[in-house]
Amino acid sequence: MSETIRTLSLIMVCAPLLGSILAGLFSKILGRKGSHRATIGLMLVSLGCAIAIWILVIFHGGSYVGTIYVWGLSGRYHFDIGFMIDNLTAWLMIVVTFVSTLVHIYSIGYMADDDGYTRFFCYMSLFTFAMLMLITANNFLQLYFGWEGVGLVSYLLIGFWYQKETAVFGSLKAFLVNRVGDFGFIIGIAAVLTYFNTIDYQTVFANAQRLFDANTTISVFPGTHWSVLTVICITLFIGAMGKSAQMPLHVWLPESMEGPTPISALIHAATMVTAGIFMLARMSPLFELSQTALTLVLVIGATGALFTGMVGVVQHDIKRVIAYSTLSQLGYMTAACGASAFAAGIFHLMTHACFKALLFLAAGSVITAMHHEQDLRKMGGLYKYMPITYITFLVGALALSAIPPFAGFYSKDAIIEAVHNSTIPGHTYSYYCVLFGSFVTALYIFRAFFLAFHGKERIPADTKKHLRESPWVMWVPLIALAIPSTVIGALLAYPLLYKANSLFGNSIFVLPKYDVLKGMAANYHGWFSYALHAFITWPFWFAVSGIFTAWFCCWYMPNIREVITRRIAWFYYILVKKYGFDDFNQIVFAHGGRRLGQFFYYVTDAKFIDDYLVNGSGRAIQWGARMVRRIQSGYLYHYAFAMIIGLLVFLGWLEITDTHIGLFKLLTSNYFTVE
Amino acid sequence: MISLSSYLILGAVLFGLSIAGIVLNRRNIITLLMCVELMLLAVNTNFIAFAHYLNDIAGEVFVFFILTVAAAETAIGLAIIVLVYRNRNTIDVAALDSLKG
Repeated sequence: MSETIRTLSLIMVCAPLLGSILAGLFSKILGRKGSHRATIGLMLVSLGCAIAIWILVIFHGGSYVGTIYVWGLSGRYHFDIGFMIDNLTAWLMIVVTFVSTLVHIYSIGYMADDDGYTRFFCYMSLFTFAMLMLITANNFLQLYFGWEGVGLVSYLLIGFWYQKETAVFGSLKAFLVNRVGDFGFIIGIAAVLTYFNTIDYQTVFANAQRLFDANTTISVFPGTHWSVLTVICITLFIGAMGKSAQMPLHVWLPESMEGPTPISALIHAATMVTAGIFMLARMSPLFELSQTALTLVLVIGATGALFTGMVGVVQHDIKRVIAYSTLSQLGYMTAACGASAFAAGIFHLMTHACFKALLFLAAGSVITAMHHEQDLRKMGGLYKYMPITYITFLVGALALSAIPPFAGFYSKDAIIEAVHNSTIPGHTYSYYCVLFGSFVTALYIFRAFFLAFHGKERIPADTKKHLRESPWVMWVPLIALAIPSTVIGALLAYPLLYKANSLFGNSIFVLPKYDVLKGMAANYHGWFSYALHAFITWPFWFAVSGIFTAWFCCWYMPNIREVITRRIAWFYYILVKKYGFDDFNQIVFAHGGRRLGQFFYYVTDAKFIDDYLVNGSGRAIQWGARMVRRIQSGYLYHYAFAMIIGLLVFLGWLEITDTHIGLFKLLTSNYFTVE
Repeated sequence: MISLSSYLILGAVLFGLSIAGIVLNRRNIITLLMCVELMLLAVNTNFIAFAHYLNDIAGEVFVFFILTVAAAETAIGLAIIVLVYRNRNTIDVAALDSLKG
């Protein structure tokens, strides 16, 4: 069976690559239709293989771990391309290929009149390939390859409309911020290679306990002794912070909304940004051994979950609201991993992939209908014109706000409960963050919902004439995503999270002392009673009050918003400024970097090297020549005098150095004296 | 008996005078030529003194050579001075600075 899985995996990974090559290099031959047919066809092949692997792995207990070929050899190290197909990978590949296929189909409609049509499909398939490489990797280097691959495609796609200045700025920002994270990541991989002598997952995980017992320390800064495992975990987590947009490296994600909306759905919501969460879950055997790293993960995740969500409340761009929502939800997933509830984190990743892709695609549907208008202040009352988009957006919003029985409820509630039950330092602070976060989540998403679909129509008159429901290629994916957004929570919560032998198998490692999900399993009695139980829990009422607040402020009494904004102007200002992260980066890193460059250019290069060293040596020779010319007066007696001086110096030198035939001695000796 | 060193001192004094003459003379190029001759004479004095005290004839022979060469050199030098005067209408040393760099 493992041979079958190996073959299927190869096809699954390579099909999108082939599609990308076809759409990218042969678009002239294939044409627009041919390109999207080829890529979508191959995506369907990939999806089929993923489903087949999933069935084999989940229901028949199959798995495959092995090397496909050796990529490079260097001394005693060897770098392989290989697959590690286990339960975790099987779930992830379903999510990736499913969302990716739907987004491919949706793009036919969304990108219909774009000049870069085939390029777009080429990039999307390339992205899917890189993402699949990332999740199927069996070693750190291949993980890094996929990691960088998705980063590259993300850069290309944010800057897809490269004539738009904000898009170029956004893509550059994303690339640079990710570079910071990736720098930490590669240091982590280097540390793994140094201390484990291999980058193969299985060997590393098998030896992690031994390294922990040996209590090996490393001195990162002089005078400090940190456990090697902690250092490895933290540096790897820095990589995850960049890719999964955790504070303070989250600044690139809102900017990435400059890209086309299907990309925001695929890359910046459903798949790529969850790579960090996947990595945390994959590295659970390492993270579990370092309480310090878990604390960091938990606190950073929880902080992001609350504070980035609050920024979403004041955004006017519909995509930006959802982008901040993504940041917040990524914070939830990270917090889950920090609380050792890796399964809950991955489960939320899966539900989030469905409902967030749904929200983005629904927003995209609104945006195309509004002729690329994204400002919520110019919408309102859209429910009459776009019923399907309206309903699907509502489903997504309910799922996001964790209202039972929608998918988000089961995953998010599990996370909040897991953080509550956690014993890791910092869990109290984190619990209040994620709890209050559920209020904020409901507030911002329903604020966007009511502003866009209800209330007074603020649509410009000429847009209104053309306002109608999007074509079927766009609403079919919406419905295809709305269904799992509704049901998978109820279906999968028990087998993934609470069952004694969960569907994640042994791909996720949790120490018994941190195992919070086990404790929660005792209180789980089926999806229906769990949903009913929600009515007596805090998170639910927080969410409901969020929805109520949004309804009150945006639909029932829209004018109250201005009053509130005036009352808490300072707080509003902080939120609009996004806590100053952007300004800080702009001033310190962008301007500071430019200043530093200018310093090196004007002072070190222009002044010191060019002026002092290069021109200076020329000037010194000129000056020396001018000085020497003065000696050359042209008068004979000067020359004669110089000769005599020279002779005297020569004789004097002889006198000093050679005492045997010294002139003075010769003169004073009585050798010549005649008797 | 006059000692060797007395002769050598005389030679040195003559030599020093001639140097002073070359360096301090600012006016006449003929004085310059005379100083050069004086320098040669100072050297000749040394040769004669050594030849006498060491009983070696070679020194005296050398003096003859030097005198001959000096005579020839003076002749050429004077000829050059005449030419210089014809060309530049002056033999003022301070005016002859065409070697200046």
